[in-house]
Amino acid sequence: MSEMTPIGQPLLEVRNLSKNFGPVQALNDLTMMVRAGEVVALAGDNGAGKTTLIKAISGVYQPSSGEILLQGKPVSFASPQEARDIGIETIYQDLALADNLTIGANIFLGREPMRRAFGFLPVLDRAKMAEAAKSTMALLDFHVSRLDAPVSNFSGGQRQAVAIGRAVYWNAQILIMDEPTAALGVPEQRKVIQLIHQLKAQGRGVIFISHNLQDIFAVADRIVVLRRGVQAGERRISETTHDEVVKLMVGG
Amino acid sequence: MTSPPAATSHVAPQADHADKARTVLQRVADLRAWLFLAFLIFGFEIWSRLSFGGTFLFNPFNIQSIAVFAVAPLLLATGQTFVIISGGIDLSMGFIMGLAAVVAAHVINWLTPGLGFWPAVLLGSLVAVAVSAIPGFINGLLVALLKVPPFIGTLGMFGVARGVAFLLAGGTTVPVKNEVFAALGNGKIYGVPYIILVTAVFVLVMHYLLGQTRFGQHNYAIGANAQAARRAGINIKWHLLRLYILSGMCAGLAGVLYAARFSAGAAQAGEPLLLDSVAAVVIGGASLFGGSGTILGTVAGAFVIAVIQYGLVFINVAPFWQFISVGVVIIISVLIDQAQRRFSGGRQSE
Repeated sequence: MSEMTPIGQPLLEVRNLSKNFGPVQALNDLTMMVRAGEVVALAGDNGAGKTTLIKAISGVYQPSSGEILLQGKPVSFASPQEARDIGIETIYQDLALADNLTIGANIFLGREPMRRAFGFLPVLDRAKMAEAAKSTMALLDFHVSRLDAPVSNFSGGQRQAVAIGRAVYWNAQILIMDEPTAALGVPEQRKVIQLIHQLKAQGRGVIFISHNLQDIFAVADRIVVLRRGVQAGERRISETTHDEVVKLMVGG
Repeated sequence: MTSPPAATSHVAPQADHADKARTVLQRVADLRAWLFLAFLIFGFEIWSRLSFGGTFLFNPFNIQSIAVFAVAPLLLATGQTFVIISGGIDLSMGFIMGLAAVVAAHVINWLTPGLGFWPAVLLGSLVAVAVSAIPGFINGLLVALLKVPPFIGTLGMFGVARGVAFLLAGGTTVPVKNEVFAALGNGKIYGVPYIILVTAVFVLVMHYLLGQTRFGQHNYAIGANAQAARRAGINIKWHLLRLYILSGMCAGLAGVLYAARFSAGAAQAGEPLLLDSVAAVVIGGASLFGGSGTILGTVAGAFVIAVIQYGLVFINVAPFWQFISVGVVIIISVLIDQAQRRFSGGRQSE
């Protein structure tokens, strides 16, 4: 895990990235950048290459050509685990949580802390997990009282917060969020948007994929529009409009 | 367009009393096996006092008989608990138990003349448990690497272990000629049979393994959401491989204790116990869909079955009522599980 990058400095750079599956060119010579404390929205129609791009950044796919730089250093990952280890975390749409476990257990899933009971017997350190759950959720302005309850007891927005909380706890620098609001009701969507603002204020970089332009305009600093695997345009949110973005997406 | 200021909306806290009612109901559902058990013991006690003028519960002989009765199903059921929590099932445990009993009998008979009583018992028991890891390992390979559904993979192993056990036994039971082994199987210390002590220690170890270690924690996670577990970096294949080896070895230990108790190895030793073990796990509160269950619940579940079986004999009811009673308890237990799920919304669709 690396030091936090000062806000405004380049955090993640994608240079001339291409990915093809056999003869199909899913991503063609794509270049983009995410700065610390910046939210970049990825937009585009189905099949535009958004998913391919984030899968390349998060280590699921190996790019066919081009490079990815984190804090100026070229990086490559053989697996999502390696990407996660250096601070690139993906929050999946279907929430990668074990519903039967507590918030703490989900935060630590796969890297559970241990302590020694009676001085010799290694046991799960549930107190540490609960403590981390409490402080992490508080950092995201979620105050949960029931740290011993399984996450199935919580609402969709709260579970989204747990998934984000896990990334934050493990000090993710870049959070890739794939349609984080798609499955939520309106008040919960607002809460997630608020969470993203907090991640931004903490100096993390967020790549935000959404079909919802309303959400994109509410939270993103920049928008990168993809069309058939190439970059169709890049705009600062403050200098563009819904109409322009839609035109970029459909072409014309 | 500027981003609207994030409103300080708090997610509406659920009504407190609804939350409490839910918690109480969940507790009751979690404890249902213990409630069943208390209810049964109470019922038999009343019956016993009314018809014989004697006690059921406070007779040490009854308690000991029930506990001895519960040993083998409980050993199978602890392993089965792990497998069922992971979302699988191990149908081969009954015949792995028989296989281990036959192997223990043969190896102890073979080693006793050369090594003497004690070393032969120790080595023979170890070999039998080690051998039972082999079908477990193959189950693990099938389920973890070859993606065979556990029901089918272990059903295949059910047949293989059964055949191998009968072949090794030559189609009959194999008597053990070793008095130390027989003494261990039937002896007592301070009135407590050794096999009960061994089982109690083993159950405690399994309770620790499930509740206090990463292995146990990952087992729950895999049962609830295998994809989430994989994304969290848990090596699911390696976990499942170890899991099925563990359940095989639980059956192996049950086989060794069986051979000690009866001074004989029999291929069919565990045949009627497999379904009892699954029943014990389900009565104990586990879901066959995976993700929930505890060792203590399973202990209660195993004792519910043992108390029904022993108690009905004790009060002179035709033994066939056992099947009916155990069946009814299983169905009630599953109904409670479903009601609780519906009420507390285990997996809400948003």
